[in-house]
Amino acid sequence: MTQDAAPKETEAAAAPVTPAGPSIHVAPSPHISKTALTTRGMMADVLIALAPAVVMSILIFRWHAVVQIGLCILSCLAAEEIFTWMRGQRSRVSDGSAAVTGVILGLSLPWSAPWYIAVIGSVVAIGLGKAVFGGLGYNIFNPAMVGRAFVMLSFAKALGAGSYVLARSDIAVVTQATPLTVAKKFAADLAVGKAVAGDMQLQLEAAREFWPLFLGQVNGSLGETSALALLIGGLYLCFRRSASWEIPVGVLTSAFVLAGIGNLLGLTPFTALHHLIGGSLLFGAFFIATDPVTSPLTSKGKFIFGSGIGVLVILLRLFSGYPEGVMFAVLLMNAVTPLINRWTIPRPVGGPTPRKA
Amino acid sequence: MTTLETKKGTFARGIHPPDSKHFTAERPIEVLPTPQEVRIALLQHLGAPCEPTVKARTEVSLGDVVGESSKFVCAPVHASVSGTTGRLTVATLPNGRHVSVVPIKAAEEQPLSGRALLEDMVGGEWPTEGLDRYEPQEIAEAVRRAGLVGLGGAAFPTHVKLRRNDEKPIHTLLINGCECEPYLTSDYRLMVEAPAPVITGALLAQHAAGAEEVVVCVEDNKPKAIEALRRASQGTTVRVKPLETKYPQGGEKQLTIAVLGKEVPTGGLPLDIGAVVLNVGTAAAVARAVIRGKPLTHRIVTVAGTGIKEPKNVFVPVGTSYRDVIDYCGGLTDEAVRVVAGGPMMGFTLGTLEAPVTKGTSGLTALTEAEVRKAEETTCIRCGRCVDVCPLGLVATKIALASRAGNMDLAERYHITACMECGCCAYVCPASLPLVQLIRLGKVMLQNARSK
Repeated sequence: MTQDAAPKETEAAAAPVTPAGPSIHVAPSPHISKTALTTRGMMADVLIALAPAVVMSILIFRWHAVVQIGLCILSCLAAEEIFTWMRGQRSRVSDGSAAVTGVILGLSLPWSAPWYIAVIGSVVAIGLGKAVFGGLGYNIFNPAMVGRAFVMLSFAKALGAGSYVLARSDIAVVTQATPLTVAKKFAADLAVGKAVAGDMQLQLEAAREFWPLFLGQVNGSLGETSALALLIGGLYLCFRRSASWEIPVGVLTSAFVLAGIGNLLGLTPFTALHHLIGGSLLFGAFFIATDPVTSPLTSKGKFIFGSGIGVLVILLRLFSGYPEGVMFAVLLMNAVTPLINRWTIPRPVGGPTPRKA
Repeated sequence: MTTLETKKGTFARGIHPPDSKHFTAERPIEVLPTPQEVRIALLQHLGAPCEPTVKARTEVSLGDVVGESSKFVCAPVHASVSGTTGRLTVATLPNGRHVSVVPIKAAEEQPLSGRALLEDMVGGEWPTEGLDRYEPQEIAEAVRRAGLVGLGGAAFPTHVKLRRNDEKPIHTLLINGCECEPYLTSDYRLMVEAPAPVITGALLAQHAAGAEEVVVCVEDNKPKAIEALRRASQGTTVRVKPLETKYPQGGEKQLTIAVLGKEVPTGGLPLDIGAVVLNVGTAAAVARAVIRGKPLTHRIVTVAGTGIKEPKNVFVPVGTSYRDVIDYCGGLTDEAVRVVAGGPMMGFTLGTLEAPVTKGTSGLTALTEAEVRKAEETTCIRCGRCVDVCPLGLVATKIALASRAGNMDLAERYHITACMECGCCAYVCPASLPLVQLIRLGKVMLQNARSK
């Protein structure tokens, strides 16, 4: 009997007793945070801000818009899953950044691009634009623009100016060339002294009409046409502080000034205002350039970055072979961002740390 | 009132956390019933630790010296209850330091307790005239003997601040009543219930330091305190300046910018720009030390947060265990997950409730799961919000990630040593990066690298 009792006692003593009351842990300060603010929340804000542009693209380009954007989103999500699995990391699609890349890539494509453009572009965007660098937060270049640059250069015809136009189409806008293409051709003809044909003059007048440019009743890539939709979304993003306002202000101000100068010098038939609302400058300023990972950290740096993009966009529009310059301008300034960060290390309050003797 | 007193000062950047002061702002100070035991830490200030001056099993009275040091940057410690000392032992403070403590078992009879104790310490009449009959050195010496340290939390020996310095004359004395940490209301209640000793102490400190101006600074979320201080300072040269409520307005460097428009040089002190900053509680203690000859033995502690059953502002003897203070406030609720000594932005978490209250303990904040910062970290997306809020203009993400990578050159290039660990950056980080902790690690690594 006593022999049985002893093991039971030690068992009872060995069994852990959970103390009643609260379970307290330790952690470093600060112990509170602005809980509403998360990376996912910022990505969600971007998607919400893109909604007006997506809606407009569907209204104008109909089924084509749905297919392009849908394909891009799905391909980006799939690519993200596959690449993170390949790297042995846990899935990160829930942070929303792949979906954002998909929407932006989709909106930057022409309505007529074949399905493989969207898929290849997405895979390259996520793979070369993000995964090889280490994933979100480590990439140097804007992923959507990396994808678009790749398909632009590899499938030049499918993404060239001609691909936007289909003379016999039930979608009214695609029967005309994009406004920037018209402006480019006009300026090119003028530069070589070629007499401007009558219908070219008519086309130019049509391309310069304010309201169609502003509302989106013109040809262009899926997301760039409606300046109104982009402004609504872009301002929402800035007010929510999910995008730094310094960047769009830098882009638009410098582009406006340089385009105005170009117009006065006769280098482009479009005025500064037309350059602002025509083409994908607004889309680039509010949604592409503002990607936080690939833009500078400080306020001053963001202004410099934005201004650089604005200048490059106009230079490319005026002097390069392409009618539009946003994509390359952003990629070029992305490359300069680490340097901008170095140049704009802010002066701490109280001055720089004194050198130890 | 001059424009100094009407125009609200402020500093650039910073954050606006909810001030969460409703738990205890309207609760008058209560006096903790004498605890059974107190443990007086021999190091509860910045500087050299004290040596014990009493042996074990000795009778001591409230206010007797129990620890002293001959070093300059030091402040003696005193018995906060009458009773019998025990053998020297070790306690762990919330900041992780193990310090020697003198335990004192409280006697049955205490000379003062309850309301009478509070009255004796801060109540009654406090003179505002004829204070120049005290010599500056007299004041500084009385302050030193009374063991005064900064009650705002930094616990720097006050007498060192009040010594006149011919090379760096002091032009302005700033009395810090900002209390910018959320939840804390100990300074607020002192200003509302006993503004008189604050003013007297301010005048005494001004005379000791030789300052030309004295300004009491209070954030504008404390209108009653501003009113009470203005009434108490009528007829004196002490001025009361309201400041915009923003965290961390109570930091020295932010105060000098908001009030004087001048920046304390990085790595320097307010003394370098002719200013000295004293907490309101410290000012009241100066008055107590000089006029009534009382050493620093008690302080007001705010016990608040949703994790405490009965939030209160409690007047406690230094050396009381946190457990006794919490028990007096009804104990922790079942949902409490973190107990912080101080406020939630810069306070240290308690690893044990047996730790003793020290002179620098301004509060005890018990937080629940819903309130604490999320720990799950994602990648930095370089959004720059940390840069937008840093009150010192630093790039927190660069410093933190450089520290994580062990790249001390990069951390130094971004001025890591200028960081005051206020927590604004980590508060706003959408990726929940432990920015402050990484910067702390970086500072340690830098220190180690330099000392090699």
